[in-house]
Amino acid sequence: MAIIKTEGLTYVYGEGTPFRKVAVDHVDLEIEKGDFAGIIGHTGSGKSTLIQHFNGLLKPTSGSVYIDGEKLWDDKAKLRPVRFKVGLVFQYPEYQLFEETVYKDIAFGPKNMGLDEKEIDRRIKETARLVGIPHDILKKSPFELSGGQKRRVAIAGVMAMEPEVLILDEPASGLDPKGREHILGMIKEYHKEKGNTVLLVSHSMEDIARNVNKILVMNDSKLFCYEETAKVFHRSKELADMGLAVPQVTRVFDRLKAMGIELDEDVYTVKFGRDLLLDKLSKRKAEQN
Amino acid sequence: MIKDITLGQYFPGDSVLHRMDARVKLLLTAVFIVMLFIAKGIEGLAVGIVFTVAAFLISKIPLKMMGKSLKPIIPVIIFTAVLNLVFITTGDVLWEWKFIKLTRDGLDTSLFMVIRIICLICGSSLLTYTTSPIDLTDAIEKLLSPLKKVKVPVHELAMMMTIALRFIPTLIEETDKIMSAQKARGADMETGNILQKAKALIPILIPLFVASFRHAEELALAMECRCYHGGEGRTRMKQLKMSILDLWGTLFCMVFLAGVIAVNYFTKR
Ligand SMILES: Nc1ncnc2c1ncn2[C@@H]1O[C@H](COP(=O)(O)OP(=O)(O)OP(=O)(O)O)[C@@H](O)[C@H]1O
Ligand SMILES: [Mg+2]
Repeated sequence: MAIIKTEGLTYVYGEGTPFRKVAVDHVDLEIEKGDFAGIIGHTGSGKSTLIQHFNGLLKPTSGSVYIDGEKLWDDKAKLRPVRFKVGLVFQYPEYQLFEETVYKDIAFGPKNMGLDEKEIDRRIKETARLVGIPHDILKKSPFELSGGQKRRVAIAGVMAMEPEVLILDEPASGLDPKGREHILGMIKEYHKEKGNTVLLVSHSMEDIARNVNKILVMNDSKLFCYEETAKVFHRSKELADMGLAVPQVTRVFDRLKAMGIELDEDVYTVKFGRDLLLDKLSKRKAEQN
Repeated sequence: MIKDITLGQYFPGDSVLHRMDARVKLLLTAVFIVMLFIAKGIEGLAVGIVFTVAAFLISKIPLKMMGKSLKPIIPVIIFTAVLNLVFITTGDVLWEWKFIKLTRDGLDTSLFMVIRIICLICGSSLLTYTTSPIDLTDAIEKLLSPLKKVKVPVHELAMMMTIALRFIPTLIEETDKIMSAQKARGADMETGNILQKAKALIPILIPLFVASFRHAEELALAMECRCYHGGEGRTRMKQLKMSILDLWGTLFCMVFLAGVIAVNYFTKR
């Protein structure tokens, strides 16, 4: 059964004012348990609005959302448990830190779940290890940390709730390449260790290509498609029309193909492209000899 | 959602009222208030009502918005009505119960007061609905500029007002975001007693304070980078301009003011 399912999901901002804006338009979607999905789309295409429906933060203007088969918004009291099941990390989450110490801030979510001290402590230690926060930082105030460290603490605050579905809105934006690598690495690690569903919103096709196995494309408030990575990047023409680019390496290989070099597979990561090329070259060498 | 609180309640449009000069509108609003207050009887007030309705129709603001601005003062209206009904005890008695006496005069007065308040709120909210906050502060600065002569820091005050107005939507948006983020971590803001509810605000207030200080610092820096040095010799990109519309508006308003005075004069009792 799909862990997240939407039917005709529509959301309108500012209904009845001159600023009316349909941000999500009739989205029908099924996300399976264990998927690691990327969400892409041009600026203002409705990605952030869409994901805020998955944990009941926004109420659909029309249509419905099911989490684990249960319809949201039928019973308002059931929304809070849903938020523990579906963890959402907002864009620039470091601005939500508020506690005296990093430890206490990460504990905020688990505490709200009503877990006991021991379990909370275990979870904090575990997520701190996962996101790479050293022990001595746990006792510091979150306001003395660097931007990248703050980001990790904020993400840890949601991970510590061990949600079945973890959704992150551009978790790597505004960081240097090493910081990006680290954040994405720890998200991948979380997915691998727990086998949980992870949704990742990103503007970087390279990051998406390297990490996820399915891609959800939003275009002008509508769902364009939700398919395997390879299938999505195969439609590079359509993506380009929406103002989205396929990874650079895919473009290089598309050009190679256009030049008449036979390649039977699509390439969307540098590593895979390198292997494919080396393979091809060694075969050619063998033929020549 | 929290956005529904209309603080900067500008309602964009292209009506005659929208296009009038903010300074003129501000002054005419003052005239309008005078008009309502010099009306002695219900007849004079009727002229004020006609003016309010006319201005409302010209502005093309939806009726719903008027309801929105009246809603918060309903308690005041009810309070005024009851107070006048109960405490004015002259005139024919309409209804009596123990020590409470409702009289003809009381009824008249409270009706008069209620209508006056409603007109007052609707009329003056037209000003804020049809004028963007920035134009409004510009107008206030211009109108108060003679006070500069007596060393009142008019420009600085207006600048502070502009900045405050400018940041209200930003802070509301920020509050919304922080609230969502904490709710996503299971913060519970709806249930519990007062103490628990107050405690639940901490995770929202602290990031909000931090954000405000950050905004203030960034803005100060940005202003300094653009060589902001106060009002001396400063020109504006958007000049307030008066047009023929403003003349017509003023005339229109004056006619009604004269109307009220005339009605007052002729209905002397
Ligand atoms: N709080 C809001 N009030 C009114 N309109 C909004 C609000 N938030 C978003 N919108 C509008 O809804 C549309 C979708 O916004 P959304 O934030 O979901 O886009 P996005 O795909 O996340 O974009 P980005 O890649 O820039 O983050 C945009 O046109 C935006 O202007
Ligand atoms: Mg977004």
